[in-house]
Amino acid sequence: MSNSDLELKDVSISLGGKQLLEINCSVGPGEILTVMGPSGSGKSSLLVYIAGFLAPVFESSGSVLVNGADVCSLAAERRHIGLLFQDPLLFPHLSVAGNLRFALQSNAKQKNQAISEGLNDIGLAGFDDRDPSTLSGGQASRVALLRLLLSAPNAVLLDEPFSKLDTQLREETRTLVFDKLRASGLPTILVTHDQADAEQAGGEIRTLL
Amino acid sequence: MAHLRPSTPLIRIFLLFVLLPHSSLTTAQAIDVADWSALEQQARGQTVYFNAWGGEPRINSYLNWVAQTLEQRFNITLQHVKVADTGETVSKIVAERTAGNDTNGSIDLLWINGENFAALKQNKLLFGPWAEEQPNFSLVNANRFPEMREDFTVPTDGLESPWTRSQLVFYHDSQWLAEPPQTIAAILDWSTFNPGEFTYPRPPAFLGSTFLKQAVLEISNNDPALFAPVTDDQFQRVTTELWDYLDALHPTLLRAGRYFPNSAAELRRLMGDGEISLALAFNPNEALLSVRTGELPDSVRTYVLQGGTIGNVSFLAIPYNAQHKAAAMITANFLLSIEAQARASNPNHMGSTTVISIEDLDVSARQQFEPVSTDLAAASPDELSRKLQEPHPSWTPALERAWIQRYSAR
Amino acid sequence: MLRWAGHSLIFLLAAPILLGTLIASLPAFGYFPPLGSSDFSLEAWRELFEVPGLTRSVLISLISGVLTPLISLALVFLYLASATGSKLDLWIRRLVSPLLSFPHAAAAFGLAFLIAPSGLLSRVISPGLTGWERPPDILIVNDTWGLTLLFGLIVKEVPFLLLMSLAALPQLQPRHRIEVARTLGYRPTIAWLKVIAPSLYPLVRLPVIVVIVFASATVDVALILGPTLPPTLSVRVLSWFNDPDLNLRFLAAAGSLLQLGVSLIAVAIWLALEKFVGLLWRFWLAAGNLNTGEGLAFAIGRSAMPLVLVVIAGSILALLANAFAGPWRYPSALPSSWTIQHWANSLSDLSTPLFNTVLISVSSTLLALLLVVATLESERQSSKSKSTALWLLYLPLLIPQIVFLFGIIVLTEFVGWQANLSLVIFGHLLFVLPYVFLSLSEAYRQLDPRWTQVASTLGASQLKSFWRIRIPLLLAPCLTAVAIGMAISISLFLPTQLLGAGRITTITSEAVALTSGASRNLISVWAVVQLSLPILGFMMALLIPKFVWRNRSGMIDTR
Repeated sequence: MSNSDLELKDVSISLGGKQLLEINCSVGPGEILTVMGPSGSGKSSLLVYIAGFLAPVFESSGSVLVNGADVCSLAAERRHIGLLFQDPLLFPHLSVAGNLRFALQSNAKQKNQAISEGLNDIGLAGFDDRDPSTLSGGQASRVALLRLLLSAPNAVLLDEPFSKLDTQLREETRTLVFDKLRASGLPTILVTHDQADAEQAGGEIRTLL
Repeated sequence: MAHLRPSTPLIRIFLLFVLLPHSSLTTAQAIDVADWSALEQQARGQTVYFNAWGGEPRINSYLNWVAQTLEQRFNITLQHVKVADTGETVSKIVAERTAGNDTNGSIDLLWINGENFAALKQNKLLFGPWAEEQPNFSLVNANRFPEMREDFTVPTDGLESPWTRSQLVFYHDSQWLAEPPQTIAAILDWSTFNPGEFTYPRPPAFLGSTFLKQAVLEISNNDPALFAPVTDDQFQRVTTELWDYLDALHPTLLRAGRYFPNSAAELRRLMGDGEISLALAFNPNEALLSVRTGELPDSVRTYVLQGGTIGNVSFLAIPYNAQHKAAAMITANFLLSIEAQARASNPNHMGSTTVISIEDLDVSARQQFEPVSTDLAAASPDELSRKLQEPHPSWTPALERAWIQRYSAR
Repeated sequence: MLRWAGHSLIFLLAAPILLGTLIASLPAFGYFPPLGSSDFSLEAWRELFEVPGLTRSVLISLISGVLTPLISLALVFLYLASATGSKLDLWIRRLVSPLLSFPHAAAAFGLAFLIAPSGLLSRVISPGLTGWERPPDILIVNDTWGLTLLFGLIVKEVPFLLLMSLAALPQLQPRHRIEVARTLGYRPTIAWLKVIAPSLYPLVRLPVIVVIVFASATVDVALILGPTLPPTLSVRVLSWFNDPDLNLRFLAAAGSLLQLGVSLIAVAIWLALEKFVGLLWRFWLAAGNLNTGEGLAFAIGRSAMPLVLVVIAGSILALLANAFAGPWRYPSALPSSWTIQHWANSLSDLSTPLFNTVLISVSSTLLALLLVVATLESERQSSKSKSTALWLLYLPLLIPQIVFLFGIIVLTEFVGWQANLSLVIFGHLLFVLPYVFLSLSEAYRQLDPRWTQVASTLGASQLKSFWRIRIPLLLAPCLTAVAIGMAISISLFLPTQLLGAGRITTITSEAVALTSGASRNLISVWAVVQLSLPILGFMMALLIPKFVWRNRSGMIDTR
């Protein structure tokens, strides 16, 4: 259990003098905040900003507080904020276990054990040496989630993570992801088009214009 | 650093920035060309960079043998720097002087004669005199063969050591041409009735220039002006008939004279492909050797024109800024030895003509040289004794330039 | 530190070339103290313009400088328009890199033997079809107007432009665009020409300019295939430089500046042509849904590329046949016997040049790879758009070699460097770098940024994600870049010869030296060795990723 929280304070992003969005919010441990809005409303820019990859052409202000500490001046890799993209983005040159090991802190103990337990946990026991490109869409999403959790983040961002899965699989994967995130007590921000995502997330919903 | 003449702004800038860490620390050892045993001592462990034409594999492998022998006997490393044209080497020496490199030159020995020698000698870019101090120099019997001291009429003044003899020869494919023309004039007559069967390398390729010189010698009946430095008036007078001759000859040549081969090798390939029936070479053994390798058909025969053909000697010289002069001299002296000359003249090795006066040798030394070839493809010694002298070297560039002026843009 | 990589890279390339050009051009204005001339004068220029046939030399250089890129680019575009996605295309994509590596001197020599009146083609059809017992007396190779030269250059440049186009294409998402155009009723070839060509051209513009400069200033190809009466300007400049009459130095310097001018004029003509063609294209686009020309464009596109391949294959075949031929009299289609004698004769001479060739090409290419990756990495990390100074990288390809190499030699003499291996490696680096950059930059820039972002959100430092993610993902393009770099290094002649003072011999320098005297068989042996080295490199570039990623199907053809 992580029990951390994430707070966005007076966050404002603009491009070429035109403000894209402005947001103030606070997400507690295990809570999922859903951000919705039409294309071009800047919801993806918001995630990129929080994660630390916003391109310099954008102007931004405000602060991102993780457990009360502002992470805005930190490089992406020091923010401990996990991010799930639309695609699972498993590194194609590493095995499933290699992908997971990449996420573990270098000082983590008993890596192999952590990996096999984690795989067991998401119903993929024995998949350690598999080539990621041989996994089905749902399996790959689950490995991506596990990889994120193993990196021990303090907060999580979801960028339409289920949009590329078909309806049946989307349901299953969504349930798994939300359950795991809640169980880990991580504050989460979800960006989505899909009303069903928002409903199942069960938290506050913000709509950008 | 005194040699750098920092007289110009540009050079001064370079001196400031780049020359500070570099100055020649090796004080060149004094060279006494008369003290041969001291030279041998000095030469030990040195590397000789020998710039010599690298187009002929037989010469290259002969020089490999020379390198091995020098290594064993004198502890000298010989490195054959293969050049396509001796002009490149002259260029390199000039570039070194441009940069003020007067002591650490990259060339120790070069194969040279004619206008290249004349240019280097005139610009004082050669080391010497040293050549006549060589123990083996007496073998060439320079008193009987003055060409050992004269390079295209220019006195060598001990700046170069004789290496090989060459002579212009013609060769023909007897399958297509049974009775080859015996004079320059006859070549035109024959070619007029057999168009497209003869060509010569494009001057300034040296074989092409030699053909021009052969033609002008024969047409002008060895005009004495050809053996003195060229002047505009003399050039006009002596060459008028040459241009008439070439104007008539060119339309009868291969490709109607709109193309000339680049080199002696390209000319030989044309003969091997059956494109032409008559060609020329500067090594009397060239056709014989090429028949042996199958490059030329065995119906090829070599001959010398009735009135004789141009023959010359090529030499070895040492640039003024050579780093390893002692070893270069030991190398030159070895190349002039009976052993090295005998091997060079063997058609199984290099197949050149020796500069040593064989008649002056005792019987056992004479036996080291191969007996004269009786091969059908070779020219007879009798023919080869009909030799013409090279014109003064200033004629070569003058002829080349005039040729280019007239024929390069038709 | 990385921030400096880009700058030092540019300095490393630009400084010696600009200084070399400057130094080499001083004698053109009469300034050459070693020959006792330090007064500025225009005498050399007066002399230059009196050189007979100069206009013709300049014209031929200009013609090959403009027509080579024009025809090559047209063929490449028509090919891409007509064949993308076909089986033929699959094959050609595989062949294009190795073909690019065919050293031009060897290629020219093979081509000359293929098409000469006594060449392989003529032998195959004679005397049966022609009745020729002796070769016909017609001027093909070294023709007066340089048509064979043009042909040889086109055969050489088509693979280069094709490779560059293929590297740039993915970012245009051609399939998607073509589909859209086809739903609007365009036939596929026309659709490609209308929708893709206008956006592809700006991406290959720089390589096209490289082709213009090369074609207008080539020395080695022109020596073998070009006209001789008079030769191209570049060949004449080289012969003036090498003339023992030292006064020709002034002429040579003026000539090399003129060469620079001719190359620039060729580029200017091209730019004007570009405007004109752009205008035509706009009219054509505006004309709307016309499919006229589809058949013709398709036919040319589909047939020209295989023809180029056949010519290259024929040249290689000609070299191979000669390397093993015994006596081979005209008009026999085959030698009277086969032999390995030519190989046996060369074996002992091959080892040192072979060792040097491998050493020089490997070290210059690895150095280039290091610098290029550092530059691209700093460009990525600073997340700025492409640095404008990067075009300086192409300087060695944009200024004719013959113009600045002589100056570089004088420069190194000033610095007091003796000709040595490191100098030659540096010289090769100048030419290898731009090609490594050209071939790697697109792949590097196009690598999905999300891979690095994922790695960062997982807590990986820049260094860790560079070594563990980006380099492995880019292994195949890196190896291809290495193979191309090595191929370029292997084919270089002038830098090896001039900077090594002839002391450092490579396969190519030896092969060129042999052309002035050796038999065709022996030259062919060296040419075959010369061309098999790059092929080995490309095979490694192809096989290593296949082996390393044999259990990672996601790594095959992800590009």
